[in-house]
Amino acid sequence: MAATQVIRSEWTKIRSVASTVWTLSLAVVVTIGLGILISALSKNEFDNMSRQDKLSFDPTFISFAGMSLGQLAMIVFGVLVVSNEYSTGMIRTSLAAVPQRGTFLASKIAVATGLSLAVGLVTSFVTFFLGQAMLGSHRAEIGDTGVLRAVIGGGLYMTLIAMFSMGVAAMLRSPMLSLGILMPFFFLISNILGNVSATKKIGRFLPDQAGSRIMQVVTPIDDDTPYGPWGGLGIMALWVAVALIGAYVLLKKRDA
Amino acid sequence: MIEAVGLTKRYGDKTAVYNLSFQVRPGTVTGFLGPNGSGKSTTMRMILGLDNPTSGQVTIGGYPYRRLPNAARQVGALIDAKAVHGGRAARNHLLCLAQLSGIPARRVDEVLGVVGLQDVARKRSKGFSLGMGQRLGIAAALLGDPQVLLFDEPVNGLDPEGILWVRNLMKALAAEGRTVFVSSHLMSEMALTADHLIVIGRGQLLADMSIQDFIAANSAGFARVRTPDTEPQLREKLSAAITEAGGHVLPEQDGALRVTGLPLPRISDIAHDTDVRLWELSPHQASLEEAYMRMTQGAVDYRSTIDQKAGLMQPLPPGAQPPMPVPGQGQPGWYAPPPPQPGGQPFAGPQDPAQAGPYGAPNPYAQPPAQPPAAAPAPQTSAPATPTEPEDAR
Repeated sequence: MAATQVIRSEWTKIRSVASTVWTLSLAVVVTIGLGILISALSKNEFDNMSRQDKLSFDPTFISFAGMSLGQLAMIVFGVLVVSNEYSTGMIRTSLAAVPQRGTFLASKIAVATGLSLAVGLVTSFVTFFLGQAMLGSHRAEIGDTGVLRAVIGGGLYMTLIAMFSMGVAAMLRSPMLSLGILMPFFFLISNILGNVSATKKIGRFLPDQAGSRIMQVVTPIDDDTPYGPWGGLGIMALWVAVALIGAYVLLKKRDA
Repeated sequence: MIEAVGLTKRYGDKTAVYNLSFQVRPGTVTGFLGPNGSGKSTTMRMILGLDNPTSGQVTIGGYPYRRLPNAARQVGALIDAKAVHGGRAARNHLLCLAQLSGIPARRVDEVLGVVGLQDVARKRSKGFSLGMGQRLGIAAALLGDPQVLLFDEPVNGLDPEGILWVRNLMKALAAEGRTVFVSSHLMSEMALTADHLIVIGRGQLLADMSIQDFIAANSAGFARVRTPDTEPQLREKLSAAITEAGGHVLPEQDGALRVTGLPLPRISDIAHDTDVRLWELSPHQASLEEAYMRMTQGAVDYRSTIDQKAGLMQPLPPGAQPPMPVPGQGQPGWYAPPPPQPGGQPFAGPQDPAQAGPYGAPNPYAQPPAQPPAAAPAPQTSAPATPTEPEDAR
């Protein structure tokens, strides 16, 4: 069975359910909307900032502020793409049609990843340009050093978040369980670990904190992070790889 | 051809299927029967490679399912009609399955027509009734025009017209030389559809034989004899005479007699000799349901009890009779007619119909037994077949 056939089938699957449209458009709207809002607020606040804050002011990163909420919609997308097969029982029909489970999983994730990447990149560029427009005189230009890398990185970050969610959902199978673990993890636990000084050193190796480094152009002054932008994205990619390998191993040996 | 060899599946310490070996041959509809929880669905899932057997193996056309080349074109299955994404339109559901095996979209519209869902093709399957979902599942199984078809409870929820359609569909598929393996709880339906039966109970093989052999081996037919209601002494007289002649007599509630162990002509002769007039003398062939109940009664895991309604019942008014229990409910052995014949082997393999006659002799009312080969005028081994022989003309 050719992988292209499975990919075409997965594309039909993904475009024929409403949840795809809803989760992805929510991710786009929230990321862009919140990015614009925070950019506009930052511009007004800029004069009241301390000297140190002004020095480390990162207009690119500011415009991506919506990502912290927008990524939750990407998580929901990633979880639903995989786990709706299990929650509906469709997985049995699917695996009966594609007994090569590796091909099945790879195609499903490839299609969903491709879609996330397209949506992520568009969102990233739109939120950057609209955000910069809001920042007025404090804005960054796309030609500035590191800015293009950060904008493309924003799209990659959203994609990797979705992929990580797909891997976790394929391991856990239940959408409720997957969302119940991923949502608090990215929304609360990661933030808490990253902001408490005692756990900061561990927190920055979590997928979202490491990955979001790619979107920073200006490094904060007292920064001692042991990895650079691409290093951070690499750490995130490692998390994704582990999740997907776990998903593959479990799918391969588990009863459907 | 589906072939299982020593198939065993354990979930934790529960053994769902134990040492199951059978073959499902092409060209016939093979019924798969067993009580709830006996391992039918587990076996179906193992055939489709969804569950891995703990030991043993099952192959389709010689390959384990997961290594079958282009499995979706060779095997079609309806395992669970509810196993669809409810938010996806029926046509899209079939389309994504079709694309998996390179089946053109035209075929999707074809099968939608075959199962009669063309009018709701673009509706979400969430709103489908049980029967519509079943039709959608059957459409998915037919999609690849496969040689091997598996159906788990295909008539569940279908209307009578749909049941008739499925029955004819199964027969037509088998007549085209395909392998059709179908499980069902509807015995009457199975009796009409299947040619061959595989029966399991508690995960083990109970029977693997043709439907006629199964009925003959697992249940007894009987003769119903009625003497004039107006003269009860005639009944006593006949009972005594039949018992003397070696038959078994059981009185029925309405005054008739249920006689086993004697052929009908013999009963008539006895009546004539004892000068008893008969109002009725009729043969009763056991049904598949009766035979099935008899065989599986020891292997049923989930059995209903009589609903006592304790605490819900009003005290009966004085003089009122308590209601009669419903036949078959909470009465183990209701479906257990006497064994087929003295020293009968209830679970034995195929038997010569002449010996399996319920009255201890060839049953003249049953289908005529096959001619013994020795009695054939021109055995093919001794005389070369000529083209004019009617036997070979077809």
